[in-house]
Amino acid sequence: MTAEQPRPDWSAAAPGAASPSAVTDRSPVAGDRPTAVGDGVVGDGAVGGVIVVQTVFKTYALGEIEVHALNGVTLTIDRGDFVAIMGASGSGKSTLMNILGCLDLPTRGRYLLDGVDVRGMADDDLADIRNRKIGFVFQSFNLIPRTTAIANVELPLIYAGLKRSARRARAERALVRVGLADRMNHLPSELSGGQQQRVAVARAIATNPAIILADEPTGNLDTRSTLEVLDVFTRLNDEGRTVVLITHEDDVAARAKRVIRLRDGEIIEDHRQVPHGASVHRYGDPVNGATEVARA
Amino acid sequence: MNRENFRIAIQGIRSNRLRSALTMLGILIGVAAVILLVAVGNGSSKSVQKQLQSLGTNILTVSRGGFGRGGNTNGTQSVIVNLNAADVKALSDPINAPDIKSVSPVRNATSVTASTGGNTYAPGTFQGVYPGYAEIKNDQVSVGRFFDQADQDAHANVVVLGTTVVQNLFGSATANPVGANVKFGSTTLEVVGVLKSKGTNGFQDQDDIALMPLTTMEDHFTGSTTGYSQIVVEANSRGSSNAASSEISSILDSNHKITTPTGNEFRVLNQASLLSTSSNTAHTFTVLLGAVAAISLLVGGIGVMNIMLVTVTERTREIGIRKAIGARKGDVLGQFLVEAVLLSVLGGILGVIAGLVGSHFKVVGIQPVVQMYSVFLAFGVALLVGLFFGIYPANRAASLRPIDALRYE
Repeated sequence: MTAEQPRPDWSAAAPGAASPSAVTDRSPVAGDRPTAVGDGVVGDGAVGGVIVVQTVFKTYALGEIEVHALNGVTLTIDRGDFVAIMGASGSGKSTLMNILGCLDLPTRGRYLLDGVDVRGMADDDLADIRNRKIGFVFQSFNLIPRTTAIANVELPLIYAGLKRSARRARAERALVRVGLADRMNHLPSELSGGQQQRVAVARAIATNPAIILADEPTGNLDTRSTLEVLDVFTRLNDEGRTVVLITHEDDVAARAKRVIRLRDGEIIEDHRQVPHGASVHRYGDPVNGATEVARA
Repeated sequence: MNRENFRIAIQGIRSNRLRSALTMLGILIGVAAVILLVAVGNGSSKSVQKQLQSLGTNILTVSRGGFGRGGNTNGTQSVIVNLNAADVKALSDPINAPDIKSVSPVRNATSVTASTGGNTYAPGTFQGVYPGYAEIKNDQVSVGRFFDQADQDAHANVVVLGTTVVQNLFGSATANPVGANVKFGSTTLEVVGVLKSKGTNGFQDQDDIALMPLTTMEDHFTGSTTGYSQIVVEANSRGSSNAASSEISSILDSNHKITTPTGNEFRVLNQASLLSTSSNTAHTFTVLLGAVAAISLLVGGIGVMNIMLVTVTERTREIGIRKAIGARKGDVLGQFLVEAVLLSVLGGILGVIAGLVGSHFKVVGIQPVVQMYSVFLAFGVALLVGLFFGIYPANRAASLRPIDALRYE
């Protein structure tokens, strides 16, 4: 409920900021400009290409048969963009999501995340990348049960190695951002679906990642909760955060600035649009942050 | 991160209290069993040793051979010696027997009934001994005195009674019979002292005894022509009792001109060797009990592993979430390993408490005596068991691929 600055510098002390070269050194590609991790300069017109996917293939072996989940996808997503990836089930969008989120590695092709080539990285290095550069939001919330909202948000900060007081402060700010200042000590089971998903969003932004990846974040939510969560994404994007969202719902995709359609592991459509984001006012004040969004 | 692992692990343990409690119970029982059973073994060994020590640890008893052996073990007729005054004299010689401190012959008379004031009683042990016997046997007098050399020389009609005899003749174990005359058979003896109660030695009541000078015994009951029933020998120390034993054998062999000893002519009972035999037996007993308990500790450890495997499977999705948001392999490994070790350590602490409390009670008539080493050993093994049986489940959790773990329903 405190009046916050639209672009607070709470990300300034992002973990890993001290040694971005440790990971960026792995990809000395000419023309690439390694961006400092979590440098706190979000959306201030920094040169794009936070995600660069170059002719990526992903092949699964199902017994004798090879399944080509991705068939040479090339894609660049700029810093500060809001992208919706759409497609029917089996189109390869989840595979793409896993690769973008460094949960899985491409069979062929290159993937540069924030200037870092993730090819051939060790598991622990991938874990660090996920921790510092990516904020995940899942369809099924994936909060740790029997653990309070704030403890859930603190979790990535624990793995980032932050001191207890620092992480608490940061987790509190993240929860305030998503409008859950008064629900910090609630257990997931005591929260509504929309509130749980907003806790998940707070967890995703806690480490101040380069991108927020959301895999059908509204798939398990009712209309009202969907709006709450989408408003949060819109607001985060307004603050300059890069948001990549997977969905098969058109009205969710309507919030994005760019829509990419996949079919059979290939991009069949890629267009920019004017985001449809004025719903906040029409649906009243469902979240604490709503007025703030209007101000921004 | 370590402190975080502890917090997460405690949360994990608390989130499923019943299951955690049952797992800990396995370890608890194991640790408590090790402590308690080793204490019982140790307690029984202590009580046997105490009984034997009350007999005197540096005492050797020489008795005539023959009984219990059938007399003929190797086809030749063995000579059974009669222990006599010459033997006693030779054994008392400090030059020939440097390890022997003192010697007393013993003559037993059986079935002698004592009577006084209308009460009659036949003492279980009725012996004539030297005055030095009291010191050898560590007998002390609670009232009056033990008979002395003057009594011995004067063939005095005196007797010293054990408390059981006093109780039966005078109606109470605390009665003071000193000065009273007691008729043994047809001979009247004056009570000069009462022996301090020694209780039972596990075989017989040591207070059911009446002692008089050897000379008196020979005069009135046994005569002096037959051999002594026993010669009781006190070695200089417990350590020299084996040396004393061989001195006795060689002196008696030469006294009785035995050139090819068959071991059957006389018998030397060495209290110290009896003690070491019994403590060996007790040690074996303790080890055996400890081993049985150790097996139950192992079973408890398997319980920890079992429950950790269930926990890992149950929390696969949680592991996936943690990995997705940046947990390294080591973080997940640490979390589950700390949880397993914490389960067994908490169970171990409770087990130590249970074992220590339990050892205050008698178990099958034996007062357990806790040995500190068993407490540390049991606790240490519980910790290692948690570590050992926790590694596999924790490693399994840490090796899960995040996408697979996230997909797990």
